[in-house]
Amino acid sequence: MGAGPDIAAGRREAAEYAEAFGELKPPLGRSSALVEASRCYFCYDAPCIEACPTGIDIPSFIRKIETGNVKGAALDILEPNIFGGACARVCPVETLCEQACVREAQEGKPVAIGLLQRYATDRFLETGAQPFARAASSGKRVAVIGAGPAGLSAAHRLSRLGHDVTVFEARDKPGGLNEYGIAAYKVPNDFAQREAAFILGLGGIEIEYGKALGKEISLTRLRQDFGAVFIGVGQAAVRALDAEGHGLTGIEPAVDFIERLRQAGDVSALPVGRRIIVIGGGNTAVDIAVQTKRLGAEDVTIVYRRGPDAMSATGHEQDLAQTDGVRIRHWAQPKRFAGEAGRVSAVEFERTEPGAGGRAQGTGETYTLDADMVFTAIGQVLLADPLADGAAESLTVEGGCIAVDGDMATSLPGVYAGGDCVAGQDLTVQAVEDGKRAALAMDKYLRS
Amino acid sequence: MADLRTEFAGIKSPNPFWLASGPPTDKEYNVVRAFKAGWGGVVWKTVGETIFNTTSRYHANAHNGSRIAGFTNIELISDRPLEVNLRELKAVKRDWPGRAVVLSLMVPCEEPYWEDILKKVENSEADGIEINLGCPHGMSERGMGAAVGQVPEYVEMVTRWAKAHTRMPVIVKLTPNITDILAPARAAIEGRADAVSLINTVASIIGVDLDTMSPLPEVNGKGSHGGYCGPAVKPVALRMVGDIAREFGPEQAISGIGGISTWRDAAEHMAMGAGTVQVCTAAMHQGFKIVEDMIDGLSNWMDEKGYRTIGDFRGRAVPNYVSWEKLDLNYEIVARIDQDACIQCGLCHVACEDTAHQAISARRTNGSRRYEVIDAECVGCNLCMLVCPVENCVTMERVENGKGYMPWTDDPRNPMNKEAAE
Ligand SMILES: Cc1cc2nc3c(=O)[nH]c(=O)nc-3n(C[C@H](O)[C@H](O)[C@H](O)COP(=O)(O)OP(=O)(O)OC[C@H]3O[C@@H](n4cnc5c(N)ncnc54)[C@H](O)[C@@H]3O)c2cc1C
Ligand SMILES: Cc1cc2nc3c(=O)[nH]c(=O)nc-3n(C[C@H](O)[C@H](O)[C@H](O)COP(=O)(O)O)c2cc1C
Ligand code: SF4
Repeated sequence: MGAGPDIAAGRREAAEYAEAFGELKPPLGRSSALVEASRCYFCYDAPCIEACPTGIDIPSFIRKIETGNVKGAALDILEPNIFGGACARVCPVETLCEQACVREAQEGKPVAIGLLQRYATDRFLETGAQPFARAASSGKRVAVIGAGPAGLSAAHRLSRLGHDVTVFEARDKPGGLNEYGIAAYKVPNDFAQREAAFILGLGGIEIEYGKALGKEISLTRLRQDFGAVFIGVGQAAVRALDAEGHGLTGIEPAVDFIERLRQAGDVSALPVGRRIIVIGGGNTAVDIAVQTKRLGAEDVTIVYRRGPDAMSATGHEQDLAQTDGVRIRHWAQPKRFAGEAGRVSAVEFERTEPGAGGRAQGTGETYTLDADMVFTAIGQVLLADPLADGAAESLTVEGGCIAVDGDMATSLPGVYAGGDCVAGQDLTVQAVEDGKRAALAMDKYLRS
Repeated sequence: MADLRTEFAGIKSPNPFWLASGPPTDKEYNVVRAFKAGWGGVVWKTVGETIFNTTSRYHANAHNGSRIAGFTNIELISDRPLEVNLRELKAVKRDWPGRAVVLSLMVPCEEPYWEDILKKVENSEADGIEINLGCPHGMSERGMGAAVGQVPEYVEMVTRWAKAHTRMPVIVKLTPNITDILAPARAAIEGRADAVSLINTVASIIGVDLDTMSPLPEVNGKGSHGGYCGPAVKPVALRMVGDIAREFGPEQAISGIGGISTWRDAAEHMAMGAGTVQVCTAAMHQGFKIVEDMIDGLSNWMDEKGYRTIGDFRGRAVPNYVSWEKLDLNYEIVARIDQDACIQCGLCHVACEDTAHQAISARRTNGSRRYEVIDAECVGCNLCMLVCPVENCVTMERVENGKGYMPWTDDPRNPMNKEAAE
């Protein structure tokens, strides 16, 4: 020891990066799309439709692919879900639509709904056509905070309904986690930006970049200046670990590293450790583990404090980690981070066992793993401070989420919220549905 | 957006997609569901004399994963009283005035029967009537349906009676169970039919149960011939629709029926001359909702092609539907195999080697297989392209031979031409 951590860029042959960060699942060509489409039974009251948070009429779009009506298919998707292209790539279909496919029950092999959705939306987006039009102007102005899936979904629907939308976004690009967070091999190239451009192509939506709620803008002010406000700020804070030594350099939230990776023009230039430890059990943990492995890390271990069934990473994601050579160790939690010269060099874990209510409890027994880099992926949380700006009325926050009703209305009249900043599953598709649902309710509110 | 509205023999409908006379149009309940789903019109299930049906009525041919590639039935006309049908039809037409509702009729081949039933239906508020001269089973044994449709004189006679006793437009539905469709079509036109519709089902036996030795569908150990329909009969229908369109010109109103499941099938019927289309089996297979893609798909395709109305493309394939002796004998194509796309299944080779022209060589070099077209032997028949499982792997390429159009009628090799020259 003593040589310091082994962190370096360019661990792999230059040519290998393109393959490692290229498309995880190749898109379907025309004939394979037709073969796959023909597997759909065109079910009545199809279970897959109900399993899609945005309620896409899946049998209908698949039939349209089969008859060569690709435009009709794409519109069946984009009408209820303007992020149909992103969702086709990032949705955990194995727990959503494809899980409900009757062919899954019949033969364990669902229709490849995600790939077919991608086929239809890709082909349509390639044409550059703008299928939606704005309704006659309502004369109302609406503010949307955050240009992630929730915010842009709300903005698009509001603009279609005839309202003028201004989006306030803290960063300098649209897309939210589609641009900064989702694994690179799920949305390679500039897809997130192309999709955002398509959504904004409708018109009636202005984005002000570099405007953060709580800094440049305040909720009180927006409520005065606009007829209604939608909040789609996601979860801007990360949950912290308070084990001893957590302040050492080299311990970092997974989402921060992923953001650098997503924004890196050339991933081969991104320094990565030889030995990586990831703490957590969700999809983010898998994402950072797989991506660091693909960057050339030799030894990547996910350590999770409970058993495999309790991991929120889907079975499909866990399989991906394992085929990529990531080790997953269950039943252990970090006790102490050891360092040399202020940099992390090892993590001491305490073995855990199932305790009351399925929670993990320490056993006192420990083991130590060496590490050049440690990533925490124990969850993101709502950054609530910017929401309260000293005004008399303030937004109700419950359990770390903005409280909303079925119409996505918050405790403040005219203020709606959706996406990761409200309770519910933290998925792109759910954020899109929230934004759409809020927009429909806001339209009613604005016209009442 | 393309305009899908149609006017057919004076009957208007918001789109050309009608449900054919059969189970989907059997009663008010079904028809209302169909209109809610978006169908432009219906031809109500055939009414006429009282009948009784067997149980076990249908059977299907599955092919390559498609559960219903062909379908057969031994059902007769409506088994519900005429009065009930008329009352329901009237209610439907009142609630859905913009949709086409045509009533299908079949009675014995004597004028008083036709006069009587037409009097009864005169006030039903139907938009027109369709004379069912096509049903090939059950009714034909009683001297109705195809038994009439197969004799041109009867077709003309019945059409005349119908025209004499109703003010409504009369559509004559033809049977395909005949050698030349032009004979009954001409008879219907001579009888002053406002339109013809075709095809009804094809007389057939869909299969035999090898355990019970009964034809299918089986009714307590026995089977009778049935009427074949569904995707399998589209080619038969397209040819007959095309024959009529070619013979009687664009003025002739034709409602195309047979094997239509998608907007493409419908567009093909229309390209061959149909002004509206009717669907039965596809709706029975997957429900009324299939019309959504028919409407949307046809409209998107028309936009893409720049067709504004159905009239803009109806019959466009008819001038290109010629008899064999008008085809260009100097037109030459040969097969091409894309070696990068080839998966080495060998099907093109064996098809050509065993059953065509021995024009695809099979070689093994260092263990790897290679199939190549021998241009000099290839007659350009398309067989290898058809058997190849990989899209665009075998394609047919034009050979520029510099020769102009030469049909058989002008070919010096034609003995008739030699005689004329001598
Ligand atoms: C690493 C990772 C991987 C994931 N992988 C998947 C996946 O594979 N599939 C899937 O379905 N989901 C995945 N998710 C979840 C998914 O990305 C989110 O559910 C979704 O992006 C939520 O959308 P949103 O619009 O609510 O929030 P975000 O996408 O977070 O967007 C919020 C936007 O608001 C802006 N913002 C934040 N604070 C402020 C402020 N104060 N003022 C102004 N603007 C602000 C942000 O810059 C951002 O643009 C993943 C998440 C992470 C973290
Ligand atoms: C079960 C069944 C019952 C039918 N009954 C009638 C009928 O009563 N009158 C009629 O004119 N045609 C009847 N037909 C024929 C259809 O209207 C139609 O002409 C034929 O099925 C071809 O169309 P398709 O391929 O879309 O099914 C019937 C067809 C089926 C399958
Ligand atoms: S579809 Fe089935 S349930 Fe319905 S009548 Fe026919 S046999 Fe009976």
